[in-house]
Amino acid sequence: MSEDLVFHFDVDGENFTSAGQASVQVKKNLRQLGLSPEIIRRVSIAMYEGEINMVIHAGGGVADVRVNENYIEIVLEDHGPGIKNVEMAMQEGYSTAPDDVRSLGFGAGMGLPNMKRYTDSMKIDTVVGEGTTITMRVNLV
Amino acid sequence: MKITTIQELLDAKVLCCEESLGKHVYSACGSDMMSDVLAYVKDQAVLLTGLVNPQVVRTAEMMDMICIVFVRSKMPSPQMIELARENGIVMMTTERRMYDACGILYTNGLIGKKVVHV
Repeated sequence: MSEDLVFHFDVDGENFTSAGQASVQVKKNLRQLGLSPEIIRRVSIAMYEGEINMVIHAGGGVADVRVNENYIEIVLEDHGPGIKNVEMAMQEGYSTAPDDVRSLGFGAGMGLPNMKRYTDSMKIDTVVGEGTTITMRVNLV
Repeated sequence: MKITTIQELLDAKVLCCEESLGKHVYSACGSDMMSDVLAYVKDQAVLLTGLVNPQVVRTAEMMDMICIVFVRSKMPSPQMIELARENGIVMMTTERRMYDACGILYTNGLIGKKVVHV
């Protein structure tokens, strides 16, 4: 790979049924690149949780995935309400999701902790009332 | 354990991908919360759940699972079945409740490996 590969997705915030489609596509793309199943699983799970978060909390957003020889970077950007207390949000079991989201199988307060768990680095830039950008990296070397 | 054994033990109805019933699986996971499923990596191959929505299939796909069992006679939509078929995931439904279904599989040898928290 001499040049970085970049995949761009619009994440529809109105449709919970289609949430995760970008992650599914990324998983397919990474498989075609011949990366190890473990790396692919870590990237796709982290992105999937992030995608679900964007749909649940932020009305959607955009996702960019960059692949080069050294790492895979996932950038998720939304213009939702922002995260009021990042420290709390990083605790397993802490959730601000409404009850109807829990009935869909999410909102257990595991999303951000799972994203951190499966990636080598994660950065959260958030401004209340403006939005959130999450940058995650999985190292390949 | 072969997937076909799971189907027999739970007296389950197979909804798609019958051709994969001969595949072997070594561990399973039972939960209605998909984020809990996503939190643990242990090569789980089977997902038992009472939750019915397309995110169940996506979660299984993300985790490289090859079989989904719906408990309490839950029936997925045709779209969900199609999504599972596209991904080669065996889907079945059983009358058993979650506790019973997990217990039956566990006592018959689907014990799995120690949970690895990455």
